[in-house]
Amino acid sequence: MAGFKVDHKQYSKENLKIEFSPATLEKVSTIIGRYPADHRKSALLPLLHIAQEELGGYLSVDVMDYVASMLDIQPIEVYEVASFYTQFYLEKTGRYVIEVCHTGPCAICGGEKISEYLQNKLNIQPGQTTGDNLFTLREVECLGACGYAPVMQINTEFYEHLTEEKIDTIIDRLRNNTKTDNPEGSQWEDKFF
Amino acid sequence: MGRQILLEHIAVPGIETFDVYRNSGGYNSVVKALKELSPGTVVSEVKKSGLRGRGGAGFPTGLKWGFLDNKSSNSKYLVCNADESEPGTFKDRFLMEHLPHQLIEGIIISSYALGVNTAYIYVRGEFKYIIGILNRAINESYKNGFLGNNILGTRYSLDIHVHPGAGAYICGEETALLESLEGKRGNPRIKPPFPASKGLYDSPTVVNNVETLAAVGPLINMGGEEYAKTGIGKSTGTKLISACGNINKPGVYEIEMGLPVEEFIYSDKYCGGITSNKKMKAVIPGGSSVPVLPADLMLKTSKGKPRLLTYESLADGGFETGTMLGSGGFIVYDEDACIVRNTWNLTRFYHHESCGQCSPCREGTGWMERVLHRIENGEGRVHDLDLLVSVAAKIEGNTICPLGDAAAWPVASAIRHFRDEFEFHIANPEIIKNKDHGSIAKYAKSKTGV
Repeated sequence: MAGFKVDHKQYSKENLKIEFSPATLEKVSTIIGRYPADHRKSALLPLLHIAQEELGGYLSVDVMDYVASMLDIQPIEVYEVASFYTQFYLEKTGRYVIEVCHTGPCAICGGEKISEYLQNKLNIQPGQTTGDNLFTLREVECLGACGYAPVMQINTEFYEHLTEEKIDTIIDRLRNNTKTDNPEGSQWEDKFF
Repeated sequence: MGRQILLEHIAVPGIETFDVYRNSGGYNSVVKALKELSPGTVVSEVKKSGLRGRGGAGFPTGLKWGFLDNKSSNSKYLVCNADESEPGTFKDRFLMEHLPHQLIEGIIISSYALGVNTAYIYVRGEFKYIIGILNRAINESYKNGFLGNNILGTRYSLDIHVHPGAGAYICGEETALLESLEGKRGNPRIKPPFPASKGLYDSPTVVNNVETLAAVGPLINMGGEEYAKTGIGKSTGTKLISACGNINKPGVYEIEMGLPVEEFIYSDKYCGGITSNKKMKAVIPGGSSVPVLPADLMLKTSKGKPRLLTYESLADGGFETGTMLGSGGFIVYDEDACIVRNTWNLTRFYHHESCGQCSPCREGTGWMERVLHRIENGEGRVHDLDLLVSVAAKIEGNTICPLGDAAAWPVASAIRHFRDEFEFHIANPEIIKNKDHGSIAKYAKSKTGV
């Protein structure tokens, strides 16, 4: 049963060279500028979103340390935040992270069956990633789209009023999608932050 | 009845763009406020309107504004709470998606009234596309001189920034939200001090919900007294209700306060009745935290009066026979819904979302989840119901923030009103183990007549 066992994992540093692209660095400085100069730490959540997207799809220790250095804060201040919020992943994920809502309103409208269908279709359990590293499946709590249940989110995109047929279409499309500039992949373009 | 204030122009094509919004009368209230009204007058109009916080607590907005510490030498802040995460609630998302300028308009007037020059909109991290919509609208507003320095040629200046959350229900609690906005874990703060004196960066801060701020523009256009004429008694104005669950027409509806619950559920103008012509079993009318009520108590109070969509009518009877308007997240269960399963589900939600700071909530939500899980899976014990009631009672009121209460109320109310169904689960483990949840509800019904 998820949530009943606390898993104390060790994450170690690999001392990789980590750096944002010049375009991202510019974006980062705009974001930091939104907060008072003596409160740069406020930019932590937006920066972690960007780091996760640009630097490998999850927050490795190296990436978190890099973000800490950008904001002049201690690494622990980043770790404790990254581990608190469910949207930050501390381990490698697939290219598409499928988050199925299984909270009350979605559950009474078939959300749990949708999750089961996805588990069978992808042959993985919630929390696991497919062997080809394409899909990670997660069961998440309320996505705030209860009137359009059942609902899932793939990266930034919402998919609503789900049926098994709809899921087949979506998964097939993503499996055949070789483009890297797909809408589900880009979390932090100008239009978001 | 039936007046539309927030969604009056929702059907106008292109209303999410500045030009169309402006041509429909948008931003008129900003012109009026900045050129004709003093900040103090705006505050007193809001007080006169009787507007109450639309995020769930229903606290009078004007009164909250009145607490802002004007003597502090620190900058003051307005923070818009767009961390909509209460299960059953999806009204703010609807408002921001379709009427982003209405929120910006409300933030401008409110900031002007409060003497604020920097405002933040804290949007839950899952709503990235909403962040995009807001940023586009904010940019349009800057280009048209409604944001930035010297707005409309006055001495008033304002910047609005959008800030993403990252998936934490607790950040909807205002002090947790401020912690999160400061780049920390979303642990609620001990109050006092209240944000009005020490909020964001230890500075005087007002935190208001999206819907509350969006109502300020129309309210200033109408005048506070005129706004107060809509609705009933202390429930003035209109409220967005996000309806979901087993109904024919789920969606976001603007209702004038005072609409009978029965009309809301069964009229084709709103929910359109229960799916597949089934009977209604229960409703959680204000987001998952508020007490669940069985159908008869939802439609009529214990005194036999029709239940209305107002703060007062929904609360009529206290927690014994009443509930709360809350956020307006209206979840309807049909006759086949299993109350035990749904209560377990919500308990899992609160266990997952507890920040872990206070032990009654951190441990208690987990205990409740586990006990309900075993009842739901045919392993319930005779004393489990008393145990659940006891744990819920020990969480309630014993935590820093209201998440503890929010986790306790659904359990306490489900057992209060549907005890037979829980007892049926415990007494009939074999039926429960061969589960088909619709049929369990039916078994329970045939046995108990619920």
